[in-house]
Amino acid sequence: MQLADALAELYLRAATQLPRDVEAALREAAKREDGVAKASLEMILENIKIAREEGRPICQDTGTPIFYVERPAAMSERELRAAILEATRRATKEIPLRSNSVDSLGGKNSGNNIHSGVPIIHFKEGERLRFQLLLKGGGSENSGGTYTLPNELGGRDLKGAAACVLDLVRKAQGKGCPPGILGVCIGSPKELVVQNSLRQFLRPLNERNAVPELQKFEDSLTAEINSTGIGPMGFGGKTTVLGVRACALSRHPASYFVDISYSCWALRRAGLEFGDGGAKFD
Amino acid sequence: MGVRNLIELQTPLSEKAVRALRIGDVVSLSGTIITARDRAHQHLFEKGSPLDLKGGVLYHCGPIINGGTAVSAGPTTSARLERFEPEIIRRFGIRAIIGKGGMGKATLAALKEHGCIYLSAVGGCGALLAKRVERVEGVHFLEEFGAPEAMWVFQVKHFPTVVTMDSHGNSLHAEVEAKTAGRA
Repeated sequence: MQLADALAELYLRAATQLPRDVEAALREAAKREDGVAKASLEMILENIKIAREEGRPICQDTGTPIFYVERPAAMSERELRAAILEATRRATKEIPLRSNSVDSLGGKNSGNNIHSGVPIIHFKEGERLRFQLLLKGGGSENSGGTYTLPNELGGRDLKGAAACVLDLVRKAQGKGCPPGILGVCIGSPKELVVQNSLRQFLRPLNERNAVPELQKFEDSLTAEINSTGIGPMGFGGKTTVLGVRACALSRHPASYFVDISYSCWALRRAGLEFGDGGAKFD
Repeated sequence: MGVRNLIELQTPLSEKAVRALRIGDVVSLSGTIITARDRAHQHLFEKGSPLDLKGGVLYHCGPIINGGTAVSAGPTTSARLERFEPEIIRRFGIRAIIGKGGMGKATLAALKEHGCIYLSAVGGCGALLAKRVERVEGVHFLEEFGAPEAMWVFQVKHFPTVVTMDSHGNSLHAEVEAKTAGRA
């Protein structure tokens, strides 16, 4: 298998197979709910099954592709980028993915999901060749945002950050396809908090935060958000988020940003390790 | 909220059928629905419609279509279309809007005034909902707007939705927001 073939397969897996940890969290949520909220979650679970079995994209918005690539020192980023672009063209045509690349001025859709800076590719040097792919939905992306502390919600601490997250969730209501998953990054600079709040979606829902203080922040915030009653699709209910994943960067003394990325329930991520042993997906 | 009645509806929808619905009713819709999202709404608002929409159903959706078949076709966020929708309902005689996330006060007022209904489909369920599209009958503005933004004409069967804004001034979205928007 060529690398571009394996990457096209990675797209297929990400678009059509919801990660098991997310599915398990939805299944638990369905047990807690009743009425329209329960019916919605049951439909979501049925949809996940259809998508997996028939190889159909879970959601018609197949998102913005974001790649996190670990590469050995000897490997050319230029060549890896070329393989990713080829896989993107092919996956768009063959799966197919929806082309989400629209010229902001002229309105023309490129038709192949390739445009300025997209797919987004983050490289880092490591021991092996490994790809993680997120397909980030657009509707829920609109529900995210950046807050600057201090503000009328609070000061520069985790309490202030939690108030910002709650404010965002209340404003989002059902627009971001809850029950969602929130990625939170505290710190600065602004460019990095956005990248890192998105990166939180790589961490499985059943994996603990390595920083005890942040684990506590995630747990208490999850409980508090779920007590708002917004519920699945904003129909009212007990499950507004499946989880919160948080990280903290150091910061410039003047700045204390709280960036929140909102993922719809359809958090699509998939991994690939590519080497002498062939392609290994997870 | 609890599930109320399960109601089967066939397009074209009469004003009487629409007025009989209340929030919480589960509607299984069959017949013709037409996708329209951001660019189609702007076009309808500014320039008019390429097809007769009287008594019709608009679906806020940017589907994946392959070889004339719907592959994945769930709802998109309706709130972005709030600035156009009341006038579109009035001018074209729309009887039902399908979307997700709900719409605002102006649309709610238009639903009441003109006898229209807002139906929520479950967001993210593109695979399941595409299977309820029996035929893709046509498309408008495919070249100009691109596939996600084009107006696709769908024949659907048992398309599952729930009434979340009715023609009597009730909005489940407004109710939930009023309960959840307060400061902690």
